[in-house]
Amino acid sequence: MAVLVLADHDNASLRESTAKAVTAAVLLGGDVHILVAGLNCAPAADAAAKIDGVAKVLHAESPRYEHMLPEPLAVLISSLGPSYDALLAPSTTTGKNVMPRVAALLDVMQISDMMNVLAPDTFERPIYAGNVIETVRSRDAKKVITVRVTAFQAAGQGGQASVELLDAVDTPEISTFVSEELSRSERPELTSARIVLSGGRALQSRENFTKYIDPVAERLHAAVGASRAAVDAGYAPNDWQVGQTGKIVAPEIYIAVGISGAIQHLAGMKDSKVIVAINKDPDAPIFQVADYGLVADLYTALPELETELARIGI
Amino acid sequence: MKILVPIKRVVDFNAKVHVKADGTGVELSNLKMSINPFDEIAVEEAVRLKERGVATDVVCVSIGPAQSEDVIRTGLAMGATRGILVTFDGELEPLAVAKALKAVADDEKPDMIFLGKQAIDYDCDQTGQMLAALLGWPQGTFASKVEVDGSDVVVTREVDGGHQTVRLKLPAIVTADLRLNQPRYASLPNIMKAKRMPIDKKPIESLISDTAPRLEILKMAEPPHRKAGVKVASVAELVSKLRTEAGVL
Ligand SMILES: Cc1cc2nc3c(=O)[nH]c(=O)nc-3n(C[C@H](O)[C@H](O)[C@H](O)COP(=O)(O)OP(=O)(O)OC[C@H]3O[C@@H](n4cnc5c(N)ncnc54)[C@H](O)[C@@H]3O)c2cc1C
Repeated sequence: MAVLVLADHDNASLRESTAKAVTAAVLLGGDVHILVAGLNCAPAADAAAKIDGVAKVLHAESPRYEHMLPEPLAVLISSLGPSYDALLAPSTTTGKNVMPRVAALLDVMQISDMMNVLAPDTFERPIYAGNVIETVRSRDAKKVITVRVTAFQAAGQGGQASVELLDAVDTPEISTFVSEELSRSERPELTSARIVLSGGRALQSRENFTKYIDPVAERLHAAVGASRAAVDAGYAPNDWQVGQTGKIVAPEIYIAVGISGAIQHLAGMKDSKVIVAINKDPDAPIFQVADYGLVADLYTALPELETELARIGI
Repeated sequence: MKILVPIKRVVDFNAKVHVKADGTGVELSNLKMSINPFDEIAVEEAVRLKERGVATDVVCVSIGPAQSEDVIRTGLAMGATRGILVTFDGELEPLAVAKALKAVADDEKPDMIFLGKQAIDYDCDQTGQMLAALLGWPQGTFASKVEVDGSDVVVTREVDGGHQTVRLKLPAIVTADLRLNQPRYASLPNIMKAKRMPIDKKPIESLISDTAPRLEILKMAEPPHRKAGVKVASVAELVSKLRTEAGVL
């Protein structure tokens, strides 16, 4: 048995989601290989070789792979298909984009957002916004899986896998990269932060996110998230959205401020260790999942929280 | 230009689903069913392209039981020009859906296919990508902006770190994210008109022979429910509880 993991990276570095997918791959059993496809992505390939449990890194260099466009990448991955019993990727926007394309090329039904390995062919995954967990057994000879990264710890560092260069596979150029607008933030990354502080519609403006959320996030070294309503209204960038159709997070502390707690939002955060809710409506559904609820106006509670944290030296 | 818009009938996003007592599936009887919200966004985008004179034909296709006709009529009331119902009773997996849609596309020869990025029942996020693979077309998934430019379509995508823009050669697949547009409410006259529009019906067997699921569902269960905790009276109490009781600060 051999398992291939598609690395998520930005050429210069490897994203932590890759090491989490490796943990899932190890649970399947057999040799774990990582594919790092990109341009000038040797640093990412070297980082992949250091992940515990990885036997080999396949390093493919080509301008076609620089932005991990799914059309050329899926052809490359499916060409490796015959050597593997399972192909995995973290369930990031890259993994979600590429893997179903691979699955179709291999005539396999993908298991999306896999959250638990019960046997090499049997898995759990969330459906209906995480309100139902289904256990499925795959009848396909080969498995194609995207891995819910919050469900697996990152594999450790200390491996010494060999790195093997791989030729690019020729494909017609039906897609090209135009541009990228990545939000720069000094805050920790949302999906791996220990503390997440999220704001909802009640924040009312982008300025209020800066004025009320940021100072507290700063003190807590928290990542900042948002509800869909806040993102739709332009108060927060799209990549901050937590929920069924945004990011899935499971930090040690999740603080929901001015968020009502719609099931689509809960789907993205209810596996957090401790949930704190600040909402002025005592009947807001978010309180039904919160370990600690504070019924208060956020515009007084957040400045107070900042002062209190400062007072105790956080 | 012709745009094909596959749409799915799903449990309404406001409905609360429960697992059947025997764990074999989800109790759907008596729950409100609607067009998958992402598919509605896909229809809206196609109709806007028609209204701007970029597209001439917007064809809605749904695969499912007879009642799926309702969501096709929703699409027609929004401004789609034609409907196709591929009849199938039961759950069809994304791979089989993609194969059936490929057969429809081979027949209809659209220039673009707009789908929702995921269906809110099984949350698979696969069909568009699979269909693109089977057709050998490029794909612009999680789209928040779509612009047709000659024989290309330029798609801005919502990605983990922000936005990415790609240029795709037509024919192409686009999957809609939440912020692509705000779907309209169909007007009453348009709803009435849509009721009388003919819908092409064909059985799934006329498109694909293999509908057998590849994933055997062994069990469905509700995840452990979180219990509501305590209400704290002040910010100071909150911080102190987080430190001493929860030990997380
Ligand atoms: C297909 C689909 C997908 C979706 N995906 C997502 C998703 O991924 N993520 C997501 O978040 N949502 C998602 N939604 C939207 C979801 O259903 C809710 O509409 C959304 O989460 C509401 O955001 P909110 O809680 O910020 O706003 P609201 O529901 O309007 O809640 C605002 C809250 O703020 C409180 N409040 C107001 N003023 C104050 C104040 N001064 N101080 C304290 N509290 C105050 C109110 O009491 C209220 O509880 C999706 C919906 C659909 C249909």
